[in-house]
Amino acid sequence: MTDLGGIGVEHFIVVSAVLFVLGVLGIFLNRKNVIVILMAIELILLAVNLNLVAFSAFMGDLTGQVFAMLVLTVAAAEAAIGLAILVIYFRANGTIAVDDVNRMKG
Amino acid sequence: MNLDISLYFTAPEIGLTISGLLLLLVAAFGGDKTARMVTILSVSALFGAVAYTTNLLVNPAFELGGEAWAGIYRMDAFGSFAKILIYIAAIGCLIVTPRFFEENGGYRPEYAIVVLFSAVGMALMVSAVNLMTLYMGLELMSLSSYVLASFSRSDNRSAEAGLKYFVLGALASGILLYGMSLVYGFTGSTSYLGIRLALQDGLSMGATFGIVFMLAGFAFKIAAVPFHMWTPDVYEGAPTPVTAFFSTAPKVAAVAILTRISLDTFGENVIVWQQIVIFAALASIVVGALGAIGQTNIKRLLAYSSINNVGFILIGLAAATPAGASAVLVYLTIYVAMSLGAFVAVMMLKDAQGSQIENIASMAGMVREKPLLAWCIFFLMLSLAGIPPLFGFYGKFVVFQAAVQADMIILAAIGIAASVIGAFYYLKVCKIIMFDEPAGEVGGESSMANWTILLICSLVISPLGWILTSPLIALANRAANFLFFVI
Repeated sequence: MTDLGGIGVEHFIVVSAVLFVLGVLGIFLNRKNVIVILMAIELILLAVNLNLVAFSAFMGDLTGQVFAMLVLTVAAAEAAIGLAILVIYFRANGTIAVDDVNRMKG
Repeated sequence: MNLDISLYFTAPEIGLTISGLLLLLVAAFGGDKTARMVTILSVSALFGAVAYTTNLLVNPAFELGGEAWAGIYRMDAFGSFAKILIYIAAIGCLIVTPRFFEENGGYRPEYAIVVLFSAVGMALMVSAVNLMTLYMGLELMSLSSYVLASFSRSDNRSAEAGLKYFVLGALASGILLYGMSLVYGFTGSTSYLGIRLALQDGLSMGATFGIVFMLAGFAFKIAAVPFHMWTPDVYEGAPTPVTAFFSTAPKVAAVAILTRISLDTFGENVIVWQQIVIFAALASIVVGALGAIGQTNIKRLLAYSSINNVGFILIGLAAATPAGASAVLVYLTIYVAMSLGAFVAVMMLKDAQGSQIENIASMAGMVREKPLLAWCIFFLMLSLAGIPPLFGFYGKFVVFQAAVQADMIILAAIGIAASVIGAFYYLKVCKIIMFDEPAGEVGGESSMANWTILLICSLVISPLGWILTSPLIALANRAANFLFFVI
C-alpha cells in the first residue's frame, strides 16, 4: 500500500457511508420520476464498490476487487432490466412520475 | 480442487443452465408458437434436476457432503433438501401456466426459460458457501423475478408490480451488499468458514453493522416485517401463475439462505441476530394477521397470509437449535404445498366467460357451483390457519415445539395467541364460500393440469399427509445438522 498522506481506511468508509445514505434517501425522498430512482440505486452499488476496493487495498487481499468487478457486472444487468421494465410501464401508463405509481393501494 | 467431483456436485445447475440457453435459441428461432414445447422441455429439465439432486441427497457415499470449485460451493443435505423443494415448486408453477396465459393472452416461450434461470439462481444461492456465489445466485433469482412480475406487458397492474418490485428489490440487494462489504472488511474473508473463524472471539462494531444490514436485505427477500410493504402490491399485480411462483420457490430459497447464514456463518454470534429475528417473527405474525382482515382481493389476502407464515418460520430460526432449523425445513415443505395449492385454486376461479375472479365477494356460495374446488379451498384455508388434523398444523407444531425446547416459552405463547387472530380471516373466507348466498359468478372450466396440481397439493395437506411425517422429519433433521457441523 503506497502512502496516502495520512488517509486511512476509515476515511474511505465514511465516504462510502455518505454515498450509501444519499442513495437510500434518493429513493425515498424523490417524488419526481423513476429515472432518478435508478440513479440512486447505482449510487448505492458504487458505495459498496468503494468499500470493497478500499478494504481490499488496505488488507492487501485481492478478493474484494474481484467482488467489485462482479458487482459492476451485475449492476449493468440490473440497470438494463430496470430500464426495460420502465419502458413497459411507460407504454402502459404514459407517465413515469413516482406519484402516479399507485394503481394498487399501498 | 478436483474437477470431476466439482462437475459431479454441480451437475444439476450446469444442466439447467445449458438447457435454459438451448431453449432460448429454440425460442429465438421458433417464435411464440414454441411456447408450449419450451415449457414442457423446461419441466422435464427440472424433473431431471430433481432426480439427480435426490440421488445426491440419499446416496450414502456423499453423506458428509463436499465442497466444489475451490470452496465456493458446497453440496450437503441442507442444500439438496432446499433445492428439491425449489425445483418441485418451479415444476408446479410451470405446469399450471400454459392454460392461464393462453386464456389471458401473451403466452411466450421466454416465460419458462426465465423460471428456469431463476431456479438455477436459487439453487446456487442455497449451496453457496462464499458471499460472492451467494450474491450471484441471489441476483440471478431477483433479476428473473423482476421480469416475471411484469410479464403481462399489456396489463398495467403487472407493469406497476414489476416496477415496484424492481425498485424495492434493488434497494434490498444494495443494503445486503453493503452489509457484505462491511463483513468482508472487518473479517477479511468472503468465505463462510473464514468469516465464522474471524468472528469467533467477539466482533467489532463494523461487523455488527454488516450483520444487521445483511439481515435487513434477507428480511426483504423473505417478505418479513418491517420489509414487507412490497408483497401485497406485487402479489396482486403479477399474473397469478407468477404469484404462485413468488410465494413458493424464492421464499424457500431466501429462508434457506437466511438459515444457513445465521446458523453457520454467524453461528458463534447468535446473540447479535437472535433479537432481530425474534422481532421480525412476532411483527410478521401480527402484521400478517391484522393486515389480511380488511382485504377484498383474494391475492392480497394470500399475500398477507404469506407474511404471516414467514413469521412462524422465523420462530423456528430464532430458536437457533438443530431442532429449530429442522422445523424451518418441515414448515417450508408444508408451506410450499399449501401456498401452491391456494394460488392454483385462485387461478381456477373464473366466471362463465373465462375471465379471472379475484374479488372475495364474488366467491360467495361457490360450493353450489363448483363443489370440489370450494372444498379444496376450504381445506387449504384451514390448513394455512393451522387447524388439526390438517397437515398445516404439524408445521406450526414443530416450530413451536422447537421454540419451547429452546426455553423461549414467551415467544411461543405470543406466536400461538397471534395465530388465533390469523385464523379469523381464513375462517371468513371459508364462511363466504360455504355458507353465504351464492353470487352465481363462479363458472368456467379448468384444465386437467390445474386440477392435478390442486388435488396433489390438497392431498399433501389433508390428514393423509401425516404419512409423510417420519421421512420428512428424518430428512429435515439430517439436513439441519449440517448447519451445526463445525469443520
